[in-house]
Amino acid sequence: MTTALETPPTGTLRDALVARLTALADDELLLGHRDSEWTSHGPLLEEDIAISNLAQDEIGHAVLWYEVRARLDGSDPDDLAFHRDPEGFRSCLLVEMPRGDWAFTMLRQFLFDCYEAEALPRLARSPYPPLAEAAAKAHREELFHLRHAGLWVRRLGLGTEESRSRALAALGVLWPEVGGLLAPLPTDADLVAAGYLPDWEALPGAVVARARAALGAADLDPGRDPVVPAVNARDRVSPQRAELLATLQSVARADPEAVVW
Amino acid sequence: MRPSHVPGAAARAASAGQGEDVPGRRAAPGADASGASARDGSALVAAAWEALRGVADPELPAVNVVELGVVRSVRAVEGASGGTALEVVITPTFSACPALHVIEASVADAVSALGVAVRVVTALSPPWTSDDMTDAAREKLRAFGIAPPARHGGLVEIALEAPVRCPRCDHPDTRLRNAFGSTLCREIRTCRACGETFERFKPL
Repeated sequence: MTTALETPPTGTLRDALVARLTALADDELLLGHRDSEWTSHGPLLEEDIAISNLAQDEIGHAVLWYEVRARLDGSDPDDLAFHRDPEGFRSCLLVEMPRGDWAFTMLRQFLFDCYEAEALPRLARSPYPPLAEAAAKAHREELFHLRHAGLWVRRLGLGTEESRSRALAALGVLWPEVGGLLAPLPTDADLVAAGYLPDWEALPGAVVARARAALGAADLDPGRDPVVPAVNARDRVSPQRAELLATLQSVARADPEAVVW
Repeated sequence: MRPSHVPGAAARAASAGQGEDVPGRRAAPGADASGASARDGSALVAAAWEALRGVADPELPAVNVVELGVVRSVRAVEGASGGTALEVVITPTFSACPALHVIEASVADAVSALGVAVRVVTALSPPWTSDDMTDAAREKLRAFGIAPPARHGGLVEIALEAPVRCPRCDHPDTRLRNAFGSTLCREIRTCRACGETFERFKPL
């Protein structure tokens, strides 16, 4: 059992925690947005409802992280989501890429869910209570995501030649990008050293092993392990991020003074 | 009427009673009611619980927020100008539940109608579980046509796979049609016996 830190971190530790929270929130927000692009375009009514639920959950989890950040630096979650330039975002390419076909969307969701299934219980053991509580809350809800996306991985991998070839094509693009998701931010080392991110060094191996086991059961071989860079600063704006944010922020930016929607 | 919810204005206090100043913590509407300061704090707290039993979840109008387990605590605190105020701690069922903002406003309205200043704080810990729902709430859900979640004691995955009785004919042979439904907290099932398609509140 770790001891709760009574006072919020200060100085470089605070900045490092703000950076980590920003990356956590931005990944959720952008994935939620990509998922939401299927709303009213789902392949079946049931799946349209399901993917819209997933989108809502991920955006809700983005709000959880932004609100923890707000406690540290007084930032405004809506302002961060809707009025921050792409340069200020710390999302990774995995969640930024366009939604592709259904196999691509479901494989991406599954890989992200594998990451969350390993990351959230670790964060829930953080000695900083606001971070730990948000992680514990999100972790409970993620159970439904992993079950749903995991079923789709099996359905795609063990379904038809068509579904299998689409799943493998998606995996070919997505699997290497898992490395970018798992790579630490340059400042994460400070948080790890101070105990804020328990067992964080073991995260990449755990995520890859978890994903491999489920993919294997669906007869999908992703090939070599993704290369996890020593650090990923996430500060380079990809065209995919720019395109996504232009859409996501368009309504809010059309009337920046609006406060009631 | 309260003003409409302003996005982002209600930054949540992740833990109640920490004493730190949380930006955006919902302030009491109006100053402390001077009449309230003379009244006994515990009587006010009891009156507040009673008032909160009149607040429905907008997405589940059959049940109130107390029996749903969303209201965590009510306590008398010192108000901004020295009188008695009430602090109500609520917690979201699912964190992205859009009803939370409505519940927050309705809770503030119901308590301030007693003539006392109120502060509504949202806490995430301990996280809400469907086991927090009372038996009375489960029965109301069933009568409303929504199958209630089974009590699971933490074993959610087992509760998810357990038989679910049809709220219409009570037959246990029902099948899952969609793990997701009209709100984050529900799934869609069909009864093999009577053919009814219904929603179940998910075990969480």
